[in-house]
This record gives sequence, C-alpha cells and structure tokens, in this order.
Amino acid sequence: MKKEFKVISELIENKSKALDVGCGDGDLMKYLFENKTKDIRGLEISKESVQNCLSKGLPVIEGNAENDLMQFPNHSFEYVILSQTLQAFLNPEKVIKELLRVGKKAIVTIPNFGHWKVRLKLLINGTMPLTENLPYEWHNTPNLHMCTIKDFFIFCEKRNIKIFKSLALNQDKISEINVKNLKYKNLMSDLGIFLIESK
Amino acid sequence: MNNLSKVKKIIIKKPLKLDCGQEISNFPLAYETYGKLNENKDNAILVFHALTGDQFASDINPITKKDGWWSHALGPGKAFDTEKFFVISANVIGGCMGSYGPSTINENSKKPFGTDFPVITINDMVNAQYNLLDFFEIETLFAVAGGSMGGMQVLQFVSNFPNKAKVAVPIACTASHSAQNIALNELGRQSIMADVNWQNGSYGEKEKSPNKGLAVARMAAHITYLSKKGLQEKFGRKLQERDDLKFSFDADFQIESYLRHQGATFVDRFDANSYLYITRAMDYFDLTKKFDGNLSKAFANSTTKFFVISFTSDWLYPTSESKDIVIALNAIGANVGFVEIKSDKGHDSFLLNIPDFLGTLKNYLSSTYEK
Repeated sequence: MKKEFKVISELIENKSKALDVGCGDGDLMKYLFENKTKDIRGLEISKESVQNCLSKGLPVIEGNAENDLMQFPNHSFEYVILSQTLQAFLNPEKVIKELLRVGKKAIVTIPNFGHWKVRLKLLINGTMPLTENLPYEWHNTPNLHMCTIKDFFIFCEKRNIKIFKSLALNQDKISEINVKNLKYKNLMSDLGIFLIESK
Repeated sequence: MNNLSKVKKIIIKKPLKLDCGQEISNFPLAYETYGKLNENKDNAILVFHALTGDQFASDINPITKKDGWWSHALGPGKAFDTEKFFVISANVIGGCMGSYGPSTINENSKKPFGTDFPVITINDMVNAQYNLLDFFEIETLFAVAGGSMGGMQVLQFVSNFPNKAKVAVPIACTASHSAQNIALNELGRQSIMADVNWQNGSYGEKEKSPNKGLAVARMAAHITYLSKKGLQEKFGRKLQERDDLKFSFDADFQIESYLRHQGATFVDRFDANSYLYITRAMDYFDLTKKFDGNLSKAFANSTTKFFVISFTSDWLYPTSESKDIVIALNAIGANVGFVEIKSDKGHDSFLLNIPDFLGTLKNYLSSTYEK
C-alpha cells in the first residue's frame, strides 16, 4: 500500500533516525531511505524476509519485537514505526510500551476492523469477515488482536498516550480523525495511522 | 610443509609491540590475493582465516593441493566476487604457512622457535595484518570478513582501526571466548603435550613431531564443528567396509574412520606448536576486557556497517553470542544487520556451500558497494 508509505513518510522529519518494526521485505524502509532519511533500521521475525532485506543492503536485524526491542536504549530513535503489525502480537500493550520507550515518537498503523464492510459481513453472513486487507480465515489468521480505530483511540486515552496526529485512509483518500468525526471515520476507513508519544 | 619458501610474503620491518610485552620486527607475513585492485583502490576486502586456515582462501592450495578453505565463498561470481573485489588473505602470525610462527627458524639457535616463540593474541594477529594496507597502499578497505577466529579478527580490526573498513562481516564468532571454548581448546593442547614426541615443543623433523597428539586434537575439534543432527544424517551407525561388528577396537563405524582420516591428513599440513599458539590466542580473546566489560565501547568510534551472521546448529559459537555483538552495536546506534542462517551443518556451515548464507552475503556486499 504505497499511499500508506507516503503518509508515514510525511509524518517523519527529514534525516531523523527511524526503526521499522516488523519491516517485512523492507519496502517501507527502502521508500523512506530514498525519500526521507538514510538513517533507518529494521527488525523482522522472518528469516527469509531478513535475508531479502540484507540482500538489498538494508540494515535489518532478525528478531521478535516482543523480546528484542529490549536491546535498544531509551529514545534511541526519533521514530519507531509499526506498520499493520500490532494485531499480530501476543501482547500488543507491551509492544506499544516498548515502542514509546525506544522511540521519542511512534507511528502505528492499524487495519480497521470497524469498517462497515467488515461489520456487514459478520452481520449478514454470521462468519468471521474476510476482506482485501484481512484475507485470513479465523483458524489461520496471524492476527490475534484485531481492533478498530475507535478501540485504539480509547486505548491511548486510558494509557496516557498522547496522539499527535491521527489519519484515516480510505481507498487512498486521506483525512484527519478527530473526536467529532471519530464514529464516522471508524465506519468508513480501511486503515488508521497514528503518531503517538508518551505523555 | 615444503615449498614454503615460494609463498608470497612481506617482511614487516616496523616493530610490533605484542600484548605479551615482547617486540618483534623484520618478520614475515605470508599472503595471497584474488581479483584486481581497482584504480580508486576502493574495492579491497581483507578476509581473516580461522584456527587451521591459511592465506590460500580460494583456488587450489599449492601446498596441500586441496581447494582453499573459502572456495565456496570466494571467486568469480561468488559472494566475495573477484570480478568486482580485490581480496587479500594472510596467514596469521603464529601460523605455519609462511608467516612468523613457532616453526620459523630462530636465527640465533638455527632451530625452530618452538615454545620460545612469544605467546600471541588476536590483537597481535590483526596489528600484523594491518601492514598489508600500507603494502598495497590502500587507504580504506571496502570490507573485512571472516568466520570463527576470522570473525574475532574482524571485530578486533574494527575496534583497533575504527574507520578503515566500510563494512565488517563477523561470522559464527564471539566477542569473548567462552569457558566451553577454552575447555575444548585445552583438551586439544593437552593431547598434543601428552604426546612423547612433543618434547616441550622442541621436536625437530616431521617424523618425530607429536603427530598422534595433534591428530587427536583435530579429531576432538572436528566433532565440535559439526552438529548431532548432521553427524547422524551423514554417518548414523553405518559400518566401515564391513558387514558386522568385529568385536575389536578397529574403526568399525564410519564416523570413527572419518575422524581418524581427518586427524591423519591434518598432521601433514599443520604444525603442533602453531596449534598450541593459535588456540591460546583464541582463548585470550575478550574484546570487552579493555573496556570494563562494555562491548559497545569497543566500537564507539566506528562508522563501519556491520553484518553479523550466525547458524542455527552452531553450538560452538552459538547465535546468542552473535546476538551479544548485535546488542552492543545497537546500544550505540551502529549500522547493523543480523541474520541467523538455517543450517544443520554446525559451526562448519560458514565454510560450506549454503545458498541462503552465500546468496545473502553476495547481495549484501554488492548492494552496499554500489550504494
């Protein structure tokens, strides 16, 4: 999703130091390297993906974010990015806490389970919804903790996490989310993108 | 070990102060090169060999007539692509392939140094090899790389000369030799020293060398380079050229015969005293010692890009020890990549044709060189 890369890139200041957690094959890293900052690192759990990243010369470390973020000192990055991975962790709360310790700021993007199509599929079919963004069956999904844009808002509020910027992406259309339009955006958006910091 | 007079050597005139306090000068360092140094002199890679390696990293070793130890990794179109890079490989001091070592003739006594040779360290080896940069008039190396003890030299090199290599590739190694590593090396040394022919290191001709002791040392070490699974798959309980057990102490099993062969061929190409000196250097290796136990400080001034590699089945230098290096580098925000390659071939993996390893390394070096 190239549009997502562009939005993330715009949230990052030029030449700042960034860490992409769950960087996959390094597509976002490469995009940021070419457009924003040369000072970018990656952490990835899949050996194959790590090998692909290193083959491109990208500095990626094989590791699991739930354990291996520990090795990074406090605030060692300006930004820590978590793109569409939060839902796959056993303990997302712990991961968010670690992101905000390692990074001065964190950028978290989440596939929105509150989208009307998702809601409708469950309502009409009575089975777990399969969508373009969430193509897995209930028994083989890596996504253990799906949430909605609204859920994430409430989570941040309860955990004293400051949301600097929250954006909604719907079929490549970008818009701001605020308290007033939250209900609507939660219904209409594919993806939520959040720039957060500990209070 | 004849024909050693014909191997390429530089004589290092500049005095080198060793960690043990002694100073050496006018000593030989044997080396070999592969590929061509380009006009900008920015394509040079220095590779470091492991315990029983030598300068003949690729092609046919003219002394042993066997493939060089890194033949799978080094050559035209390979990971260290000699169509692109100029690769230098030297025999470490303490070695026995033409560099200054215990088998070098002592000018005063006209006999080999034996145990009169000074105890050397990984630091000494690296400082000696640094002279090759002056010899080839190379300002900055593109990369330093090596596995096992070669990887330790990579770490030491970057620590000693922070900005002399753009890329560092320490493979299957450690920043601090573990108790298990020291124990296994001591087993090898004791085996050599228990051989009556060792004579406190003053053995002369080849026939009277402590060959039995050295062979047992090699056999024991060889087991540590493999994995249980790898051994089981290759040998299992297969018998050696016989249908049934012989109820004797002959080599009934293939694994026994294999190890005996490894031991027997090793003594033809390696000096027992060199084995003592080099294993000692490995045991003394602890990069954290000088920095109050803080490994990060060893790399504090480095702008080098690191690519750390370990192997899943390597129990001699396990992944956890590579991870310690990665953690130390991350703590200072260094540019570091790390992958644990899947292989059931044990520590030896770094010498073998493992596509995931060699493919990733090749692409990493070429994309980093082009950037």
